[in-house]
Amino acid sequence: MTLDQVPWWLVVLVKAAIVLFVVLTTFAYSMLFERKIMAWMQLRPGPNRVGPWGLMQPAADAAKMLFKEDLTPSSADPLIYKLAPFISLICAMGAFAVIPFSESSAGIWGVADVNAGILVIFALTSIGVYGISLAGWSSGSKFPLLGSVRSTAQMISYELAMTMSVIGVLILAGTTSLAGIVHAQYKMWYILPQIGGFIIYIITAVAETNRAPFDLVEAETELVGGFHTEYSGLRFGLFFIAEYLNMITVSCIATLLFLGGWNAPFGLTFVPGIVWFVLKAGAFIFMYIWLRTTLPRLRYDRLMNFGWKVLLPLATLNLMVTAAIVAITG
Amino acid sequence: MGFFGGVSALAQGFATTFQYAFRKKPTVQYPNIKKQHAPRFHGLHELRRYADGKERCIGCELCSIACPANAITVIGAENAPDDRRSPGERFAARYEIDELRCIFCGLCEEACPTDAIVLTPRFEMADYRRGSFIYSKDRLLVPPEAGVGVAPDERPGGIPADLGSVIEQKSTVDIATGYSATHRGEILKTQRKGLAG
Repeated sequence: MTLDQVPWWLVVLVKAAIVLFVVLTTFAYSMLFERKIMAWMQLRPGPNRVGPWGLMQPAADAAKMLFKEDLTPSSADPLIYKLAPFISLICAMGAFAVIPFSESSAGIWGVADVNAGILVIFALTSIGVYGISLAGWSSGSKFPLLGSVRSTAQMISYELAMTMSVIGVLILAGTTSLAGIVHAQYKMWYILPQIGGFIIYIITAVAETNRAPFDLVEAETELVGGFHTEYSGLRFGLFFIAEYLNMITVSCIATLLFLGGWNAPFGLTFVPGIVWFVLKAGAFIFMYIWLRTTLPRLRYDRLMNFGWKVLLPLATLNLMVTAAIVAITG
Repeated sequence: MGFFGGVSALAQGFATTFQYAFRKKPTVQYPNIKKQHAPRFHGLHELRRYADGKERCIGCELCSIACPANAITVIGAENAPDDRRSPGERFAARYEIDELRCIFCGLCEEACPTDAIVLTPRFEMADYRRGSFIYSKDRLLVPPEAGVGVAPDERPGGIPADLGSVIEQKSTVDIATGYSATHRGEILKTQRKGLAG
């Protein structure tokens, strides 16, 4: 039986399993990476008890999460309360179905090569917000409700600017296929012509993934745990996984859209594309962590002001200028 | 602060956190490396002996009276002529300290006329049962062969080995200068030296 005779669904299944395994491992270690880097920046050694250099910490955390009691508040709406973490997680995982990680002569390294990949990702991450919102609504408790209201407002405000900043790239590349966008950057990465869009994208991406300094949705100093205050055990773990997967997703998208994906810089083509992809996405994840240790959380009204009065006009301006230049130069 | 002021402030913040990531961490990996305490650290009590092996405690109960936390119980008894436990007339038949009540102030140490009760630098007393924090003579009294007549921190080998290795001390109190300057410490030291022997 040759490879062509393998049923398509089996190929997709195997690909999905591999991607899921890799992505979840990446999640586990990006969590450790974050804790280590944050600890270093705060003059602590970080996790170092489980395994050498704390490398077994993710496994220990997973075991802990599994054995914790799964609580449902009596005032909660049980069905939605139990469903919400899965909405978050499924949307976060789903995004990886269309992300191309690299390319070889056999084709794109990814589960599916969708010709509207970037739109699929935006659609999925938008649905992912429902997980957070519903979690807060259905918890039947004050702090989660505040967190979910914030998340809804924050998502709407920043998603606009984010989409606007990405459209500049789409205009330049002339395609919505992620692999196509990477191919279009063969000569020049879009970070150069789209530097404004890039900066807006990384700022809005932080807000979209609810990471510090835009973690108003969790805001443990104000809202206890925000939307996941009432969640415990594995359900809390699912939100946690979803948050990190979203972080990895936006890092991957930033890599694909602005940093040339798996294209090697300076003609260093002897290094495989996947290595470049991982390095670039890893740099973004490091930037996330760096941001978290450096900046304090924004006040809520300033977050809204910044999103609507600064980022959205700038993104619109960037889009209009890009569109005008492309229209003139053809 | 204009736009550029804001950006430079941000850059400064990022540079600071980045530099800190490479600094030496002050953390002491506690169970593996134990930091040496100051010689006068107030930890677990110890009942000392004279050089001939006799107990110093004469059961006078002054420590129990001095104790602000009421943690010490002493029940004295007459020394039997053929089995003298202490050089004086009486000795402590029972001597109990509730370490959960103890506030480690060291007043017992100061009250003791024979310098029998002293505070050692031992501090790892954690246990699972409350009852095990009531230390009686079997745990307080030093064995006849160990450190006879000398306070724990004045023993030739310094702080006992089971209290951990000495690690480099930076940005913490310098043991030598910081504590010899303490008035109370000085007095205690001379008193001890006068009584020892």
